Formats: sequence, structure tokens, C-alpha cells
Amino acid sequence: MAFTEKQLAADAPFRERALNWIDARFPFTATWRAHAAAYYVPKNFNFLYVFGSLALLVLAIQIVTGIFLVMHYKPDASLAFASVEYIMRDVPWGWLIRYMHSTGASAFFIVVYIHMLRGLLYGSYRRPRELVWLFGVCIFLCLMAEAFFGYLLPWGQMSYWGAQVIVNLFGAIPFIGPDLSLWIRGDYVVSDATLNRFFAFHVIAIPLVLIGLVVAHIVALHEVGSGNPDGVEIKETVDARGIPLDGIPFHPYYTVHDIFVATIFLTLFAAVVFFAPQMGGYFLEYNNFIPANPLKTPPHIAPVWYFTPFYSILRATTSDFMRWLQAGVAAYVALLVLRTRLGRKTKIAVAVVGLLLIVGMSTLDAKFWGVVLMGTSVMIMFILPWLDRSPVKSIRYRPGWHKYVYLVFGLAFIVLGYLGVQPPTPWGAVVAQCCAFLYFGFFLLMPWWSAMGRCKPVPERVVFRAH
Amino acid sequence: MNDEKQVDPGRRCLLAATCAAGGVAGLATTGVLVSSLQPSERAKAAGAPVEVDISGLAVGDLRTVEWRGKPVWILKRTPAEVDALKSHDAELADPESKRTQFSTTPDYALNEWRSRRKDILVLVGICPHLGCSPTPRFQPGPQPSLPDDWPGGFLCPCHGSTFDLAGRVYKNKPAPDNLQVPRYMYEGDAKLVIGKDEKGEA
Repeated sequence: MAFTEKQLAADAPFRERALNWIDARFPFTATWRAHAAAYYVPKNFNFLYVFGSLALLVLAIQIVTGIFLVMHYKPDASLAFASVEYIMRDVPWGWLIRYMHSTGASAFFIVVYIHMLRGLLYGSYRRPRELVWLFGVCIFLCLMAEAFFGYLLPWGQMSYWGAQVIVNLFGAIPFIGPDLSLWIRGDYVVSDATLNRFFAFHVIAIPLVLIGLVVAHIVALHEVGSGNPDGVEIKETVDARGIPLDGIPFHPYYTVHDIFVATIFLTLFAAVVFFAPQMGGYFLEYNNFIPANPLKTPPHIAPVWYFTPFYSILRATTSDFMRWLQAGVAAYVALLVLRTRLGRKTKIAVAVVGLLLIVGMSTLDAKFWGVVLMGTSVMIMFILPWLDRSPVKSIRYRPGWHKYVYLVFGLAFIVLGYLGVQPPTPWGAVVAQCCAFLYFGFFLLMPWWSAMGRCKPVPERVVFRAH
Repeated sequence: MNDEKQVDPGRRCLLAATCAAGGVAGLATTGVLVSSLQPSERAKAAGAPVEVDISGLAVGDLRTVEWRGKPVWILKRTPAEVDALKSHDAELADPESKRTQFSTTPDYALNEWRSRRKDILVLVGICPHLGCSPTPRFQPGPQPSLPDDWPGGFLCPCHGSTFDLAGRVYKNKPAPDNLQVPRYMYEGDAKLVIGKDEKGEA
């Protein structure tokens, strides 16, 4: 097709002519309309729906402050710690940039955890938004990797020993483990080689993937349209022009909401940055103000708060917990074989896998299974869209007792997180083991419990009171 | 003539060959990038043995030296501590150091006290669980994070594994193995060489 450019009147204003020139060469107006001015969003959003935009804001803060930190930081084991102190003391406003970046890391996880909770409560992962959820889980994995790689860079005691523990996790894999952790470190111990490659991953590799995934997450969302707290598909009720009756354009109706909440968020963010940047040792751990010493582990090491629920599951997997796990696997296999309509071949496969797991749990070290359980506790989120069998999406129309199921799950997650920052104790381990069972039970038994009980009728249109 | 006939098999074949060659080149390049992450020649060369003068080491002293970037402990135990080692074999996961998954204990340390000289213990101070460095807890008796009948030993601060004064791990702890005894030898009475024995360098 030949190139055509819309002919404007000779006296058209410059702005209009410029836009016309661009639109003939790049889909500027079309993109703006598709993703903002004519992207129709349900009008019944509540407070929980701003956290997606907030996550984007925090991502921007992290990228911008990160770029300026890289201008002063030295990724060298003999210089790294001092260069961070140099940023804190000698670089003009360096302390502010660094505290924005370190506070931003924790803020990112707070925002993303609330964003995921929103998804969980209102069934945002359900058909047709499965891919939105899958991209989201990938983003969460990238964030965890980004936070882990970044934490080594200040080369403090926590950086060093945290990296040592996590890299050694891979060493628990049978046969290839020790070589794998050697390959990750690039040396026989965490060293300059490790710092250099973690720096590369933190500042370029993971951020590139992360930004790509964020674009995919948003494009997938805008393809199927946003969900809402009622779990009603607004595209099913449209006017003569095909516009959802319950939809309003994202811009300006929600951009203005998001900007308002962004100002509240930035106020809180600034309060932390200026008055409590270490947040009592939770955002920046005290031991990390001591330079890395490969000969001495600090008396109590714990990961930063956002990793602790998963870390607790790792720590709870001791050898006397293995028989409980074996019992759990056996019970789950029995449930799948006796109480489902899966095909005969699938059932045989399930039984074989279950048997292998049970045998493996008595032959391979508990250490390996700890790593497997920790990995599974994150990865299990990938299959969430296919575990939920409830006829309705939103918790609003689920049976009343479902709320308690979510509450127990949430409490188990918080208790695991709390125990993860505490030093190990025998009672703590037992509580963590119970919480690990609740955590996995929530997901693995979801096909049964989510289908039980009587749902309330879901309205045809979204529930909305004008204000 | 239908559409299928218009496909030129010669060109299709060339296309497949080009893709295959390109794929091989791509895989080879990936191999190069993946291999570049292995320990460098410099990192491999940095593992030379370490010589330690132990003439000034008093009973009860723990000296830490660095070997291949890891802490190596040299501890001088009292005769009473050495004698007490055999009394708690039943509480240990691997009292005779038979496991070789984490490290193979050298022949000369395959004894109750896990060392060449009965009093002097040489260990790599890295926990077999996830690589933290355990803390010395030589004081016997009840204390936080330890059992009430604690005879003295080491406690890993990360995940709570406990080891006796020969570096042997207690049962039901996250660490599956005993602490590593490196290969070492004496040169005279007062000089200890770590990372090397009669069989050569470790």
C-alpha cells in the first residue's frame, strides 16, 4: 500500500500538523487511545486497584536512582563497600539517592504483595486473564532475582553470607549441585568474580527482562480488559458503539485516581527515606554496615523481610519433618486417585510420581527437599488459574467461609514471614512446619474447597454507587 | 499445478541446511558464554597451600586462617575433651565420618578425634548445610539455642546445626554431614601445612 498522509487545511495549527505528520509514520495517537484515552476500565474499582500503577512508579524510581548509583559505585570486592560509603558521605545527595533505592526495594515488594493479594481476592487470574497472571508471576520471580543480586553489591556481612547461603542452595541438587554452585559463583567461594557477575545481572540483564515482562503484562491486560471487584465481565454489556456500559476511559478517570494515590504513596515513601531509611533493620540490616568477612558469619543471619516467608519453609524442612511430608504426599495422591475423574493413565502417572517422591524423601537429604519446597512455594503460583474451580471470580460472591480460608492462608504467610526473621528455635520450627502445610494445602486443595459451598448470585452489571 | 508443487525442494533443502548451520553456530556461541562463567584460570591458581606456625597455640586456643578463601580452624583441645568425644556417638549423624557426599575425610583423620595429632583439630569452618561459618561454643552446659547437656562444640548461626569438638554433626539437624577435615600435614612439630599432605596438594 502506498504511503498516504492525511491532508490538513493549509491554515491548520502547528500542533495538529505535527501530530498528523507523526501519526502517518508512527501509531502515536492510536497507541494513546488503545492504552489510555479509549481503554475502557470498569467504573467500580476500589482502592486495591491502584497498586499496579504504584508498582510502575516504584519501578521508575528504582531505574532512575539505580542509574545514578552506578555512576559512583565500584563492582570490585576490594572497593565495593568503600564506594557505597563514599556515595553515603561524599557524593552530593548520594545518601538520598541510595536511601531512595534501598527503600524502593522494600516498597516494591510491599506494593507487589498487595497487588497480588488483590488478584487473589477478586480472581484476577481467572479466565481470560491467565496470561496476565503468568506474566505477573514471572515479574515477581524477576523482582526476587533482582533483589537478591542487588543485595550482594554493598559487600557487607549480610550481602556476603546471604549470597553464600542462597548460592549453596543450588549445591543441594543431587549430582550436579556442587558444580552448579561453583559455576554460579565463578570461584570456590563468593568472591570478586561473583560480585562482578551479580552486578551485571542486577544492572542490565534482569532489568531488561523485567521491563519486557512489564510490557507483556500490560499488553495482555489491555487485550482482555481489566477485571473488577465484582468479577463481572464489562465487555458483555456494551452500547451501540461497542463500548462497555460500565466502562470509563482509563485517562482521565483513573489516571487522576492513580496520581492522587501516588502523592500519598510518595509522602509515606519520603517519610521512610528521611526518617527511618533502615526501618529498624528491616529495610537495611545492621550487619550490612560491617564489611564482608569471609572468615566469620554474623551471629544471626536472616534474609530481608520480603524473602522470609519462603525462607522459613526452607528452614522448616528438617529430617524429622520428612515423614510428615511423606504422609502429606501419600494423602494427596490418594485424594487424586480416589476422588477425581482424571483418566486411568493420569492416575497411574500421579501414583508413580507420588511413590518416587516418597522414596526420594527417605533417600535424599532433607536439605535438598528444603530447596525443592522453597522453590515450589513460589512456582505453585503459576498453576493458580487452573486450581481455582469456583463458579464465581470475586470473593464478594463466594460462600462466607471462603473468607476464613483466605484469612488462614494470609496468617500462615505472615507467621512464616515473622519466623523467618527470628533466630531458629525448636518451637519456631514446629510452627513453621504447620504453616508450610497450610500454605501448600491452600493451593493444592483449592480444586476441592473452591468448588464447595453455595455462591451468592453474581449481578449482571457491576455494583456502583455514584459519588 | 497445485501450490505444493511450486515449493523448490533444492531451495527448501538449502534453507534447512542454513538453519541447521546457524543453529549450530548459535549453540556454540551459547556454549562460549556459559563457559565464561566457570572459575577463571586465576581463580583456579589461587588455591596454594597455607603454612601456619602453631608453636604459640595454647590449650583451648582456636586460630582461624584463610585457605582458598575459606576459614580453616586450628583448635588445641584438652585431653579431657578428646576423651569425652566417644561418649556421645549415639547422638551423632555420622560418628565414624563414613559419608563422602560433602567431603571425604582423609585416612589419617578417620578416628574418634578426627585429626592427626590427638589434641590439634584442623577443620574447614564452613557448615555443610548452606555454607555459613559456625560459631565456637566451647562452654559446656545449658545456654540459648543449645541442648542442656551440651558438651561444648560449634553452633551454626544460620540454621542451628550443632557439631561436637571433632566437627561431627548431631542427628536431626539441617546439616547432613560432618565439617570438612582438609588435607594437611606437619612439617616438624610447630609447622602445619594446610591444603597439602604426603599424597600431594588437595
